[in-house]
Amino acid sequence: MENLNAKELKEVVIRFSGDSGDGMQLTGTLFSNTSALIGNGISTFPDYPAEIRAPQGTVAGVSGFQVHIGANKVTNPGDYCDVLVAMNPAALKANRKWLKKDATVIIDGDTLTEDNIKKAGFTTLDPIEELGLGGYNVVIPDITSMTRAALADMGLDNKSVVKCKNMFALGICFYIYNRPEDYAKRYIDEKFAKKNPAVAEANKRAIDAGYYYAANTHQFANTYKVEAAPLEKGTYRSINGNVATAWGFCAASEKSGLPLFCGSYPITPATVILEELAKRKDLGVKTVQAEDEIAGICTSIGAAYAGNFAVTTTSGPGLSLKSEALGLAVMAELPLVVVDVQRGGPSTGLPTKTEQSDLMQALYGRNGECHAVVIAASSPSDCFHYAFMASKIAMEHMTPVILLTDGFIANGSEPWRIPSMAEYPTICPPIVEKCESDFMPYARNEKLARGWAFPGKEGLEHRIGGLEKDCLKGTISYDPANHQEMTRTRAKKVALVADELPTPEVMGDKNADVLVIGWGGTRGHLQSAVSELQEEGKSISLLHFNYLNPMPHGVEELLKGHKKIVVCELNEGQFASYLRQMFQSYTFEQYNKTEGQPFTIVELKDKFNSLL
Amino acid sequence: MAEYKYTPADFKSDQIVKWCPGCGDHAILNAVQRAMPEVADALDIPHNKFTFVSGIGCSSRFIYYMKTFGFHTIHGRANAIATGIKVANPELSVWVCSGDGDSLAIGGNHFIHAIRRNIDLNMILFNNEIYGLTKGQYSPTTKLGKITKTSPYGTIEKPFNPGELVIGAKGTFFARTIDMEVMLTKDCLVAAAKHKGMAVVEALVNCVIFNDKTHAAFAGDRQTRLKNTITLKHGEKMLFGEGNNKGLVFEDMRLKVVTVGEDGYTLDDILTHDAHTEDTTLHSMLAAMKYPEYPVAVGVIRDVQDNNVYDKKVEEQVAEVQQSAKIKCMDDLLRSGETWEIE
Repeated sequence: MENLNAKELKEVVIRFSGDSGDGMQLTGTLFSNTSALIGNGISTFPDYPAEIRAPQGTVAGVSGFQVHIGANKVTNPGDYCDVLVAMNPAALKANRKWLKKDATVIIDGDTLTEDNIKKAGFTTLDPIEELGLGGYNVVIPDITSMTRAALADMGLDNKSVVKCKNMFALGICFYIYNRPEDYAKRYIDEKFAKKNPAVAEANKRAIDAGYYYAANTHQFANTYKVEAAPLEKGTYRSINGNVATAWGFCAASEKSGLPLFCGSYPITPATVILEELAKRKDLGVKTVQAEDEIAGICTSIGAAYAGNFAVTTTSGPGLSLKSEALGLAVMAELPLVVVDVQRGGPSTGLPTKTEQSDLMQALYGRNGECHAVVIAASSPSDCFHYAFMASKIAMEHMTPVILLTDGFIANGSEPWRIPSMAEYPTICPPIVEKCESDFMPYARNEKLARGWAFPGKEGLEHRIGGLEKDCLKGTISYDPANHQEMTRTRAKKVALVADELPTPEVMGDKNADVLVIGWGGTRGHLQSAVSELQEEGKSISLLHFNYLNPMPHGVEELLKGHKKIVVCELNEGQFASYLRQMFQSYTFEQYNKTEGQPFTIVELKDKFNSLL
Repeated sequence: MAEYKYTPADFKSDQIVKWCPGCGDHAILNAVQRAMPEVADALDIPHNKFTFVSGIGCSSRFIYYMKTFGFHTIHGRANAIATGIKVANPELSVWVCSGDGDSLAIGGNHFIHAIRRNIDLNMILFNNEIYGLTKGQYSPTTKLGKITKTSPYGTIEKPFNPGELVIGAKGTFFARTIDMEVMLTKDCLVAAAKHKGMAVVEALVNCVIFNDKTHAAFAGDRQTRLKNTITLKHGEKMLFGEGNNKGLVFEDMRLKVVTVGEDGYTLDDILTHDAHTEDTTLHSMLAAMKYPEYPVAVGVIRDVQDNNVYDKKVEEQVAEVQQSAKIKCMDDLLRSGETWEIE
């Protein structure tokens, strides 16, 4: 049903919200994947509570999924939404603050009962009035009862019928934004048709019912089109950060010729990496779901010692638990990648919310002089690239590498031009096959990497451990001069990694008045804010970091010639402190936020304007 | 059976052994170096496939004295690291050396989970009932009431019995030996190596400095051991004492020590040891026997064949999935599922 009167839009932001059990994540994913398939730029942001099913109808239990689609490349999921789909009054209340000025609000009229309104914490019985939505385009379809009517003759129980109401809402959005239904229907068939064909049929019918309802009511007189984005040629797929991270490791395994091993323990928001790797037995991946975080890293250290390419995955509290073992990997000089999908901290903090507050822990959180490489990915899809690079550095330099991602990019998804593995370099770890004379386990190559001699290799029997070792033989050494030498050698080995790192690029004028600095998962937001100001003619540039330790060469040059430098982070200034320590003659201003939410473009632009 | 013709010297490293004179660990090292040539032949494993892993503590220095691959790790984590090694390369013969503090206190979690998974590791649990390397604090196996540096008025914590812990976690192999009994230790180690799955050999060792004679009441000298310990062998009667005059019978749901030929008990009444039965009841009772009420059981108490061996199962599952998998390489994976073209 092509709507010929559709208005063209450059971009649109839709937020789906409802109870944790309402299927909002699925609804949002189907909408965004459909949009990706028709060629839009997309960026998504799942925003859900830590509780699996918090009390129904309460604000605490509201789960949201925001998707930003555009006729151009989209770098962030958008601050405020053009359309809010609210499956109950609580969802409306929780998301009121995310509405754009003249946004459309679609709320299920069946849920506007006294009971539900009270449960959501409204003081009056008119949530629309109470939230000041008078000037908005509020549409109140009875989604539950219309879904029920559409599926009345299917003989399904009430619970199964009501569960389809999210698909009715999806159908409405498909109509308004002129999206085809076939992808969503195909997905439903794949997911449910075998196990429960009636449920699959009901869900598909609910999409149709929502679509027809929207087409027949005058409340949606305007429909919209968002054209395909002019993306680089190629084959695309949608990918989230956690899956991209897992795949980056699989790629590194293939390019190094070493089997991939992952010892890990479930922790939000990192678990999906372990789940994905557990599926990848087809690529020979071995996973051990360990008894705790410590065993997660320790099994990986064991596997690295035995000649596998080993990774372990966690989030902040888990990195704390792993820190002693990480020190062992530094001492034993074994390759290992530790992923920390950062979340709000300290302690249990905000498990499902994003933050960048583990930087200091990653850089320094171990006993002794204990250097590790620290890298941060900056978008869902570049998690693949940085996971691959973290692996390459770990194996070729015989060092642990900490890869920082965060809840926002780990759960968020975007279209990704699928690379060919031929584009990626071979990974060449310094594996020792044999040794004519006495094997020296701590003899080093030009990178200062020691040889990797796995158990099982003839004539290479040797002992290593966490005690300080003789700089060649690897036997225990308490010699003062040896400890001094080994301490400096371990530090230098990590520092030498910088020789292979690209200098980060300044986006914009190299001498702009204001230089914005960011690192990791905030890139999309910073890029949007900076480029909008650049379009307004402002003298502002962005310098975004992925390689944090060692600092790539040539950074100081990029800091010169600006009136102001502002470091933006989702923490209270950890990278800023780090930069101050390294570049002492520069003044770094800060913009920080620890609300468990990504930056908004609006607040960033306000801040930058105040500096300009 | 292969014939590598290794000798104990092939397993001795060039490092000076730094345990205290009189420490029980010396005898275990001796037994291990004697056992390895036999293990190599029995399992057809060349020298370069032997890997020793340890945690922290006196006994964990063990690996430096073996001329094999060795990894001296961190406190409590030897079992977790060994798990990674064995899963990564199941062809290795992986040996864990750990103490009562290392594996039953800080590493207790890894210990029980290694047993639960039934991964094919061989573990020597050096039990001296004390923290030696930190100079004399009580451990999870220290006898109740014992005065140590951290229990100046006596401990108020009940100790673990490692055997009960292993069997409680449904361990498939448990043996116990005494430092002085080098040949028994060697036999237990060879049996552990032959066992597929997690094998724990508890070695009762004496710490001459901080817990001297803790096992002496039943293990002090040959004569005492003859009287107060029972060496269990699969298929043989549970007899002990001078001239094997005493034995164990099962009466009123518990074990009882009897003298053969007295009170109407004959040799036929004495239990025959079945190390291979899956049932844990009797194994648990045997492992729990405490002097002076009972003789302390040594030898292989439990040795059960169980095909659920973790490292093998991991390999099998990978192979099974790979056989029918559509995704054979990264390029396949990248192009799997929903994709679209931008022209």
